[in-house]
Amino acid sequence: MPYFVRRLIMFVVVVIFAATLNFIIPRLAPGDPISSVLEELRARGQTVQAEDDIVAVYRERFGLDKPLHEQYISYLVNTLQFDLGYSISYFPQTVESALLNALPWTIGLLAVSTFMAFALGTLLGALLAWPRAPQFLQGLIPLFMLLSAIPYYLLALLLMYVFGFLLKVLPLGGAYTSATVPSLSLPFILDVIKHGILPGLSITLAGLGFWALGMRGTMVTIQGEDYLTLAEAKGLRDRRIFFGYAVRNALLPQITALAIALGSVASGAVLVEVVFNYPGVGWLLYNALRSSDYYLIQGVAFFLVLTVALAVLVVDLIYPLLDPRIVR
Amino acid sequence: MTQDVSLQVNNLRVHYHTQDQAVKAVDDVTFSLYAGERLGIVGESGSGKSTLALALMRLHKPPAKIEGGEVILGETDILKVNREQMRQVRWSEISFIPQGSMNSLNPVMKIKHQMSDAIKAHQQGWTQQKISDRISDLLGRVGLSNSIADMYPHELSGGMKQRVCIALAIVLEPRAIIADEPTSALDVVVQRVVIQTLNDIQQQLNAAMIIIGHDMGLMAQSVDRLAVMYAGKMVDVSPVSSFFNDPLHPYSQLLISSLPSPDEKRELTGIPGMQPSLLDLPSGCAFHPRCPIAVEKCRQQIPPLRQIEESRRTACHLVEEKLR
Ligand SMILES: Nc1ncnc2c1ncn2[C@@H]1O[C@H](COP(=O)(O)OP(=O)(O)O)[C@@H](O)[C@H]1O
Ligand SMILES: [Mg+2]
Repeated sequence: MPYFVRRLIMFVVVVIFAATLNFIIPRLAPGDPISSVLEELRARGQTVQAEDDIVAVYRERFGLDKPLHEQYISYLVNTLQFDLGYSISYFPQTVESALLNALPWTIGLLAVSTFMAFALGTLLGALLAWPRAPQFLQGLIPLFMLLSAIPYYLLALLLMYVFGFLLKVLPLGGAYTSATVPSLSLPFILDVIKHGILPGLSITLAGLGFWALGMRGTMVTIQGEDYLTLAEAKGLRDRRIFFGYAVRNALLPQITALAIALGSVASGAVLVEVVFNYPGVGWLLYNALRSSDYYLIQGVAFFLVLTVALAVLVVDLIYPLLDPRIVR
Repeated sequence: MTQDVSLQVNNLRVHYHTQDQAVKAVDDVTFSLYAGERLGIVGESGSGKSTLALALMRLHKPPAKIEGGEVILGETDILKVNREQMRQVRWSEISFIPQGSMNSLNPVMKIKHQMSDAIKAHQQGWTQQKISDRISDLLGRVGLSNSIADMYPHELSGGMKQRVCIALAIVLEPRAIIADEPTSALDVVVQRVVIQTLNDIQQQLNAAMIIIGHDMGLMAQSVDRLAVMYAGKMVDVSPVSSFFNDPLHPYSQLLISSLPSPDEKRELTGIPGMQPSLLDLPSGCAFHPRCPIAVEKCRQQIPPLRQIEESRRTACHLVEEKLR
């Protein structure tokens, strides 16, 4: 079977598996979402009349009265069409529209800072292992070790404390100043950037050490390779040897590591959004959890798995273009 | 008979600096490489051949360091030029054919790009057309089809890769080529073909070539002169015919008598004893513990490499005395 077909099948299997787990787990818990909402209302001292009728109506409306396999089929069909149902806490908003509102913020923050961490970390790591690079760079190694050991949220809290609380140079949270109305004007964009610096920096810095140390390790192991000696013998310029021969080869394990790390990158970013009150997907998930918004939780969880699987798929499909030895 | 000298090496010393002492991997080596000739360098593993080859292009890596001497290529001592000048000398004046290993070509780059890289680093004015014409011409000369240019190293056999390396070594028609065990990773049949290709190419270009190896049989057929290294020193230099007919140095005599010969059915003797560790060299001549004819002087004085005949030099007290 061709390489990309295998990868594609893998992707579909992962997505269906994730959707199935998403279906099973809530149903393993006792009760159903409707009763638990009513339960909560009762707990707050509110009385609910004709409780049984309400439960019956809602069970019918959400299809909970049907046999399990029918529920499963219609759930799968809906999910794969990205019809994720209604959010309970944001009712009457649907889960997909809540997701769509949060998505641009997360993509803007996560994609930019993850890419920066990867690119910068890889470049610095490569230089750390390059004999002809400036020596002072070696001083970065302890810093990278420290950074790669600190969890995302701790770094986020630290940055927030220093720059937001002590120095008061950057906002403590949110994606933009709360009184303003989102628009494509320059002041608003600058405001968004200002709010993005701290969460972005947390994600970038937390990933930087990991990528730099990984790249440095690979670069060290390829230093003795014959093709580098031959490249130097050919009288190539340093820059060409560095990028075309050394980095180009050391990059391959980095790309593999990227595919593996994407999952933790996504979950780390979720925590950063919570710390900074950043209205992205992570923050949405946090709120959904707090208000036991089952459909929203399921929707976000499914969506996160989907994005990670998609990112891994993209990395897998790009890899053969970078390494001709992989049989396509 | 006067010959043009392509590469003159004088008193070259290369040491590896380990924790407590310096390993003298190349110790006071002097030789000339004449234009258009093929010089073979033989010696047991660890005798300093590769270190010498790399140092000639200043490609040695720490802990190796050139401690002294001269490497004169054409008119210039390349041990004295700066980094950028050295870069320009590499490949355009002196090129390198690595051991026929799997790893000398960049695994993620097409053959044509690995060749054009070498051209572009030294020739600014060449058009794309001229470069690709040159590449297909070279591939043809080493007996490879033009379609190889678009392939990656892993798609080629060991012999094909080594021919690519030969083609690569001559893209800029250097005056000298150094081949470090160019065939040792190949099987016997392919070895002959590759050596033949190497010889043809060398004759077409009339470049001077150093071939390093330890297969005396292969050497006998492919070089004009032979130099023997022992424990970091060059101990015997001779035209190949006189080397085999009338070897001077006792080590050379043992090397030749240890060769299996087709007409005599005798036991393969090998050479008794082991090459000494460079960390713990015997006094005097480094070969004396294994030498069947060593005398007291050999234990005390290091014999210099002396001119014995018109074109032969040997580092042995006894040979020197016998001829005096
Ligand atoms: N990286 C190194 N560090 C210390 N000593 C080395 C190193 N590489 C080689 N040597 C020493 O240099 C000697 C010559 O090595 P080499 O030039 O590779 O020999 P050859 O090519 O003849 O087999 C070896 O005997 C070894 O002791
Ligand atoms: Mg060697």
